[in-house]
Amino acid sequence: MAHSVGVLNMMSSLSRRSILQLAGGAATLPLASGLLGDGVAHAAAGTLTIAYNVNLPSFDPTVGLSAVNPTIQSIYQSVFDPYIAQAPDLSFKPGLLTKWGWNDDRSKVMLELRKGATWHDGSPVTPEDVVWSLQRAADPKGGNPIQFVWSKVGNYKVDGNTITGDVLEFEPTLFKWMAFLTGYILPKAYFEKVGAEGFEKAPIGSGPYKVDAFERNAFLRLKAHSGYWGPKPAFETVVFKFITDPTSRVAEIESGGSDLTFEIPYEEFDRLKNKPGLAGQTKPVSDIAMIFITDIDPMLDRNVRLAANHAIDKKAIVDRLLKGYGVPISTLEAPGYAAFDPSIKVTYDPDLAKSLLAKSGYTPDKPVKFTIQTTRGFKPKDYEMIQAIVGMWRKVGIDANIEIYEIAKHFELRAGHKLAPAAFYNWGNAIGDPSTSTGFAMFGPSPHCAWKGKDLVERIGPLWGEKDEAKRIAGYKAVDKYIAEEGEVIPLFQYVQPIIHKKGLKVVAQSNGMILPQLISPA
Amino acid sequence: MRWGEIIRRLVLVPPTLFGVAVIVFVLLRVVPGDPISMMISPGASEADIARLRALYGLDQPILHQFVAWLGQVGIGDFGRSISVRQSVFDLLLMRLPATLELVLLATVIALVIGGLAALTGILLRGRRAEWAVDGGVGVLLAIPDFLWALILLLLFGVLVPLLPISGRTDPQIDLDLHSNFYLIESLVRGRFDTVAALLHHMILPALALALPFAAIIARLLKASLAEAEDQDYAQVARARGYSRPSILLHEVFPNALIPTVALGGVQITLLLGGTVLVERIFSYEGIGNMAIDAVINRDFPLIQGLVLTFAVMFIALNLVVDFVVTLLDPRLRHG
Repeated sequence: MAHSVGVLNMMSSLSRRSILQLAGGAATLPLASGLLGDGVAHAAAGTLTIAYNVNLPSFDPTVGLSAVNPTIQSIYQSVFDPYIAQAPDLSFKPGLLTKWGWNDDRSKVMLELRKGATWHDGSPVTPEDVVWSLQRAADPKGGNPIQFVWSKVGNYKVDGNTITGDVLEFEPTLFKWMAFLTGYILPKAYFEKVGAEGFEKAPIGSGPYKVDAFERNAFLRLKAHSGYWGPKPAFETVVFKFITDPTSRVAEIESGGSDLTFEIPYEEFDRLKNKPGLAGQTKPVSDIAMIFITDIDPMLDRNVRLAANHAIDKKAIVDRLLKGYGVPISTLEAPGYAAFDPSIKVTYDPDLAKSLLAKSGYTPDKPVKFTIQTTRGFKPKDYEMIQAIVGMWRKVGIDANIEIYEIAKHFELRAGHKLAPAAFYNWGNAIGDPSTSTGFAMFGPSPHCAWKGKDLVERIGPLWGEKDEAKRIAGYKAVDKYIAEEGEVIPLFQYVQPIIHKKGLKVVAQSNGMILPQLISPA
Repeated sequence: MRWGEIIRRLVLVPPTLFGVAVIVFVLLRVVPGDPISMMISPGASEADIARLRALYGLDQPILHQFVAWLGQVGIGDFGRSISVRQSVFDLLLMRLPATLELVLLATVIALVIGGLAALTGILLRGRRAEWAVDGGVGVLLAIPDFLWALILLLLFGVLVPLLPISGRTDPQIDLDLHSNFYLIESLVRGRFDTVAALLHHMILPALALALPFAAIIARLLKASLAEAEDQDYAQVARARGYSRPSILLHEVFPNALIPTVALGGVQITLLLGGTVLVERIFSYEGIGNMAIDAVINRDFPLIQGLVLTFAVMFIALNLVVDFVVTLLDPRLRHG
């Protein structure tokens, strides 16, 4: 079956391209005939239909696999409120919590709950709900994959709408996590009444939309929550159609069956955005392409690492393979992240790469050899990108053998420190904090780290518990500079999310990549 | 004798399923990639990973896991899906009807198209027009079901947008049905508006599955018809003045049906296999679509449940075909 997925991916792109080319101008017929006009009228009538790229496995946003799947968070944030909300530019703003913070010596946290918020069943959101949600998330037996963050605070006390808790271990990113993975407030009384199974069948939250109907693997229908504390959503009904195949999503928007879709091939985006009745917009998101370097031979040679970095023309890759939809980067911090430092540059310089390799005795005729692993079809043009990079490397004296693997295998190899010397991956960081990019990707003890060297353990280690935020961010910038100078990872580019929607819709794209229906309205 | 053969095969069902269970269980755990590695979040320590592994019982030796799972399966409990967090058995009960109805509709369409193509081809036997029919059947056979799905998707979803291209029903409509056999229940309850709405959504994926199968039926049936038509009894009937269409329908067709059912029936298993990709392309909510998600998420209990379900369906289908052939063929019935 895994093979079938690969076949599907391959055939989808091949046949899509060729069939659409054959179809040519005929494809404009439904658009010209006003078919899409119906769709806009459909939207104006109060229903927004989104062709969504993943299925929703589970409604509980705090437990299991789906809790740590960033792609599903758009749906969760439509139904549930995170503790703290996030603005389109990744900054944080009041959500169900209106105030939050540490005391001076960072030994306590203070949270203030918004007054007047209600669950979808009409009952009020209480401080007890907040405490119960935090305690449940911190329970080692609860199945929360981020439990290690939530367990760092405990002994909560409630005073009116204010909650205080003791810091058991200082976690500088605690409040940032409250805006993202598993950082949701759930209804204590309702959950205890219906149980986990009952909650899956009839979930309620306090978000702008409540669940109206759910057909697994088919669609989720939401209705506006009349008691929502925030701005009233523009659409009374929202339908998420789960259309996981990109070809089918393109067809769905072309046929007028949906009002909006995203995560489609860039070639299709360019074609569709110029079609009558459709509009397109792009947004750089908090997801980067990178190549892990594992500290095994020959990557223990600094010259080889730096040559591998300087030999890659990232702009050419973005321009030619991604149609210009990408932002080349030099560190694991993309523009907009808290520790982004534009002064750190890793230039494209094949001559420098050659001279570095020559110092270690390698030339194009006598190249250094290693394996690079990559997925194929997991991210747009991933395999083609690695092919291009291998071509660039060959010119300077690096002979890399490409090995294709599935993403699940990547995770397992990475956790076991068994990746090849070079391995392609995409790293998401929706909260934009350096600890969740450079920190976890480059700190030896982390299961996500491929570079286990002591140099970075010593540099990053003290930053985990750094209580001075400015000092912490400056520390990460220094680490990023050091990594760039040592070539211990190869950052490639920041991804750009393509969104296609019917004209007549105003879509506020989020830097964290979420498509939130509450931020979509008739233009 | 044939009945004895069927009983012998029934006896072999449990060991066959056991073998399938062993293979899928061991393979899943030997191949790199497990659900915990998919679940590890940034910052998780070795202890956090071990805790999650223990939570899902994956820290136990494979044999221990297998015995525990087999014990559960024995009492009808396929375990709990790791990604969906529901009973695998309940999930299968919910989604299997959608796939069965799709396969049923595809089979009906394939029988009609294949049967008509075979009869047309045999009626045109020896003429140039026969080539056209054979060529058309060849085209149907040459294109695999998932490619038919893409062609139909673009043709009837985009170029001439007559039919919906995603889902099993319209998300705006509440069906108010009691079972998950939406189509069959709607038919039984006489809710023909619902039947029409369901068929509206099912026709394209069913057609994509049906077309290659129709070609197989057409080829098998036409060859069988040709062979039967050349037999003495058909020639005698012709000499006695019966019209050719009448002989074909009343004398030749019943005899040609036996090898077609025997060979073509087994091909329905291909149709079942095809649902995996076709359901995905049309976002149809059957077990094929669910299987892909299960594999992507390395949802071991769900994959195991799905593979066993597919195995049961394949075995059952083969038995049904044998049973039908035995009923149709008096030589087999009477040994």
